[in-house]
Amino acid sequence: MAEPQTPLLSIRGLEVRYETDEAITHAVNGINLDINVGETVGLVGETGAGKTTTALAVMRLLPHRTGKITEGCILFRGEDVLRKSNGEMRQMRGERISMIFQDPMTSLNPTMTMGEQIRESLEIHNKGMSAALTDARVDELLTMVGIPPRRKHEYPHQFSGGMKQRIVIAIALACRPELLIADEPTTALDVTIQAQVLALMNELKESMRTSMILITHDLGVVSEMCDKVAIMYAGEIIERGSADDILDDGPHHPYTVGLFNSIPDIERESKRLSPIAGLMPDPAALPGGCKFHPRCGDAADACRSLAPPPFVSGEHIIACHKFGSSNGGRI
Amino acid sequence: MAPLLRTVDLKKHFGVRGGTLHAVDGINIEIERGHTLGVVGESGCGKSTLGRIVLRLLEPTSGEVWFEGEDILRYRAAEINRVRRQMQIIFQDPFSSLNPRMSVYEIIAEPLQMNRECAGKEMERRITRLMDIVGIARRFVNSYPHEMDGGRRQRVGIARALALNPKFIVCDEPVSALDVSIQAQILNLLMDLQDDMRLTYMFITHDLSVVKHISDDIAVMYLGQCVERCPSDELFRNPLHPYTRALLAAIPSPKHRNAGKRALIRGEVSDPIDPKPTCRFAPRCEACSDTCLAGDTPLVEHAPGHFIACTLYQKSKTDGSCLKV
Repeated sequence: MAEPQTPLLSIRGLEVRYETDEAITHAVNGINLDINVGETVGLVGETGAGKTTTALAVMRLLPHRTGKITEGCILFRGEDVLRKSNGEMRQMRGERISMIFQDPMTSLNPTMTMGEQIRESLEIHNKGMSAALTDARVDELLTMVGIPPRRKHEYPHQFSGGMKQRIVIAIALACRPELLIADEPTTALDVTIQAQVLALMNELKESMRTSMILITHDLGVVSEMCDKVAIMYAGEIIERGSADDILDDGPHHPYTVGLFNSIPDIERESKRLSPIAGLMPDPAALPGGCKFHPRCGDAADACRSLAPPPFVSGEHIIACHKFGSSNGGRI
Repeated sequence: MAPLLRTVDLKKHFGVRGGTLHAVDGINIEIERGHTLGVVGESGCGKSTLGRIVLRLLEPTSGEVWFEGEDILRYRAAEINRVRRQMQIIFQDPFSSLNPRMSVYEIIAEPLQMNRECAGKEMERRITRLMDIVGIARRFVNSYPHEMDGGRRQRVGIARALALNPKFIVCDEPVSALDVSIQAQILNLLMDLQDDMRLTYMFITHDLSVVKHISDDIAVMYLGQCVERCPSDELFRNPLHPYTRALLAAIPSPKHRNAGKRALIRGEVSDPIDPKPTCRFAPRCEACSDTCLAGDTPLVEHAPGHFIACTLYQKSKTDGSCLKV
């Protein structure tokens, strides 16, 4: 699927902190991630793993004052996003990178019609585009996401959740971005509507060759959509590989195993789930060594004191002492 | 043995602008003692309304609710309070269902105080025991909800529901707001409590894999009506109603990668305001025929224990041959 190439987006050693008077929250702690053209990468983890923070860092939308990128770089087509001016960034957002937020109920403006909201981003990024042409493009986008263009004069409250999310997708894709970041795009939707939205996103991805970062906690959605997967825990990527690497049986990080065991399997008869004991550590007071060791059944002495070395097998990388080290450095 | 809870043709209609909203429209369910009935459906299908009616938190428009052999809809306020001690509810959102100004102790104590169950040292002992049962460390006894994470908060909600030793608990999406690893902990807890305390659950959820895991029987709801009801394993082995099949097909599975294009159902749930007297699923159904549009489709027993409301299977009854979709 992925021919050798320079990645579209390359995140190197990214560290993000939220600094408040009370505490410093280590939200993202040195992650590396590459996304090639046309590829969908799933970012999986539970609440507080740092998934959304990573996405906001790429978009340069971290809350200013508290959110700080302390290390690393984010290269988009080789250019460092972090060095761009605010003006350049504003041009880039929506046009080259765009984002779909989790909750379609709150990410639309209730006082603007759906048509106006799609139009808005077209007008900002295509100065000088004629009104007729913009109108035609709005209709085209609505048709693409399966909403009759005649409904463009209606307001968000007149649409169902699934339709609102389609509108959000239409807005995000209006300027044909090269990278789409989708933050839990279907979590707020019912399963049958989720299936429709996922099918739509897959179709659009194929027809427009858009690369995608898909943030989710649903491993079912990952298997449906992703080429590559990165599993995040406490601000680190603890396992990474192709979707097959992650979803197949084989060596896995103990956290990944726990995550899979926590999901009731619809095809298997099991009366008891085996969840991971305990809770995600407080990102303001992370444990030393491997961040997962307080919850890990296999924790040894090394896990408590040393950061785990990456175990590499092809594209599949696991950061765990259990598997030993095949080379230095971090995931 | 008689079921612990039974409803007969239960209806709840809300008068809204533009007509009557049929939230629950003729539901017949039975829950055996010690069993779990899973109620599944998408948002707006009336499952939460149903849960609230059986507890009489909402008054139904018509129908009967039988609890332990008595029609509780005939009860007056004093009587309903007596029976309500045996019927409790766990809510979906542990962030909004706990009073932010009450400590864990006060939250769990409230039902005990309201019912003058105990006081003083006895109260303390009961609360500590409840906290142990649901697995909240004792040091949290004076904490407030905002100081705890979602999983612990949900445990407090469960402790509150258990305080009066109920027989029956409505669990309204109790794990939907939680992370998967926490979700699994809470599901295990609910199952352990059921075994230890012989609890009967009505488990309302939109998540089919969760419902399969925890339920003995499942009722699938669509627009206020039950379209299929049968034992849990039967539903997953042999789903019959086109809507049930579509629901099952819509779940993305981590085990089958890109298992071809799935059969998606078209469109969205139609309007619950003054629905036409046809099969409610007809506008989205692949197998829709003229019979489906001719009138309401009643829930009939297609095979022992397997109830279904679909014309495809009613035909088969009269023919004597089994027609498959």
